[in-house]
Amino acid sequence: MKPSAELERRRFFRHGFAGAGALLLAGCERLSHSEWFPKLLGAGESLNQKVQGALGGRHSMAQEFSERDLSPQFRSNGTSVPDSAVYRALVASGFADYQLKVDGLVAKPTTFSLAELKSLPSRTQITRHDCVEGWSAIGKWKGAKLAALLDSVRPKPEARFAVFHCADPMEANGTRPYYESVDMDDAYHAQTILAYELNDQTLPVKNGAPIRLRVERQLGYKHAKYIMRIELVDTFAKVAGGNGGYWEDNGYEWYAGI
Amino acid sequence: MAVDVAANAPATARTEGTLYYRHTLAVRIMHWVNVVALTVLLMSGLNIFNAHPSLNWGKSSYTGAPAVLEIGAVEDAAGNPVGITRILGHEFVTTGALGASRDRSGELVQRAFPWWLTIPDNQWLAMARRWHLFFAWVFVINGLCYVGYAVASRHLARDLAPTQPELRSIGQSIIDHVKFKHPSGEAAKRYNVLQKLAYLAVIFVLLPLIILMGLAMSPSLNALWPGWIDVVGGRQSARTIHFAVAWLLVAFVLIHVFEAIVSGFWNHMRSMLTGHYRIEAEVRHEAQR
Repeated sequence: MKPSAELERRRFFRHGFAGAGALLLAGCERLSHSEWFPKLLGAGESLNQKVQGALGGRHSMAQEFSERDLSPQFRSNGTSVPDSAVYRALVASGFADYQLKVDGLVAKPTTFSLAELKSLPSRTQITRHDCVEGWSAIGKWKGAKLAALLDSVRPKPEARFAVFHCADPMEANGTRPYYESVDMDDAYHAQTILAYELNDQTLPVKNGAPIRLRVERQLGYKHAKYIMRIELVDTFAKVAGGNGGYWEDNGYEWYAGI
Repeated sequence: MAVDVAANAPATARTEGTLYYRHTLAVRIMHWVNVVALTVLLMSGLNIFNAHPSLNWGKSSYTGAPAVLEIGAVEDAAGNPVGITRILGHEFVTTGALGASRDRSGELVQRAFPWWLTIPDNQWLAMARRWHLFFAWVFVINGLCYVGYAVASRHLARDLAPTQPELRSIGQSIIDHVKFKHPSGEAAKRYNVLQKLAYLAVIFVLLPLIILMGLAMSPSLNALWPGWIDVVGGRQSARTIHFAVAWLLVAFVLIHVFEAIVSGFWNHMRSMLTGHYRIEAEVRHEAQR
């Protein structure tokens, strides 16, 4: 009686634990695919944004590094060559015909040639790029201060976000161009630049030529490459998927400070 | 069958022991919240790790130094994936567990940690981050409540802080553990010295460390005090430590559960659910010797 009861008991627990484990996994799957649960989890994002914003404030500076910390190769992630005729033509002309359009909620919509961008006040910084996947690379960037560019187009008071429209389509059929957005605090941050140089060289195509955003206190996907247009808006609800960025439309957090 | 067991086994013991109120409601609630939070954090963390299954030491991932740990896969002649785990340059074939494992349909696929160890079960970084960053808050708030409670209620001073004589008896305690000899009577009301030290190390070293190393990966928090994460060698070092401490915590949980099983699983379960722990009568203990 006793040994069989003991065996029975062990079997009960073995099956019990395996069953509980399977239930737990299946439960988590259902939650991940539900409508409400990911939204609840998203409360963590707004909490992170508020707490980190309160702790760091608008002007905290990202760490800067020395030349000997530079990564031998700056990794290219996501698009390495935008698959669009317009972009290919720009590459062919060495970006001689490139025009950055700045519009939306600004008093003076303007287009900038690459030469005009390079004549704006610039900043050079050695910073670490942190990908949401987990890797980091350190590079030296030189670019126009976004604050200087925005000052010249005079944002309207109701402007709350800068949206960066990019040249790289994210779908094979050439649709859904990459885009990103930052709030005005990040747009005017001292280290926020439109980079046209990487490691003292002209920014390579694989890293976002002719200009890419550096927004150093956030993860890599915020650093839009191949920028064609900057639009100032009061809400990004009407832009593309309405979440403020290509990856945000795919479930990633808009606030990528962690 | 289960009814049978429940009716028989404890009945005999009940007559020999007395119930002692061991865990307060607050401790029990926080213990189980912690179980849920740490489980979700581990499994969603492994999903996040799978997005870049490589650990480095230093400020960046591309320092020229080889990875501390790398989990990947190669294809054999027949085109089947072979899981490869590389630890400090030493290669191990880990097909079935790491690098290549069977998916839900039974097909061998490339994947660092297998689906049944991750939340969500498919490779889905955005969702894994949501789980991880939400339950990180649950875990931290629960942990702060626990530390506040443990100090205010004197749980820390009364139950967790080892006494001088206890510290001198560490050797004996190690021998008792190895022999699976468990205290009874009055002694069973207290945690033993190894248990106390293990709990203190987890509560005040490992858990704060894993939180800090998690925060060290945040580019925004890096900017609070630029360079603070260089104390541990940089962001990739922090990521490596975060991962290593997670597995130290898994090791702790395995030992914790093992000790609970060998020293009376149901008694421990009851005390962590209802608060009541049965103390065997000392007489019986003496007789057994």
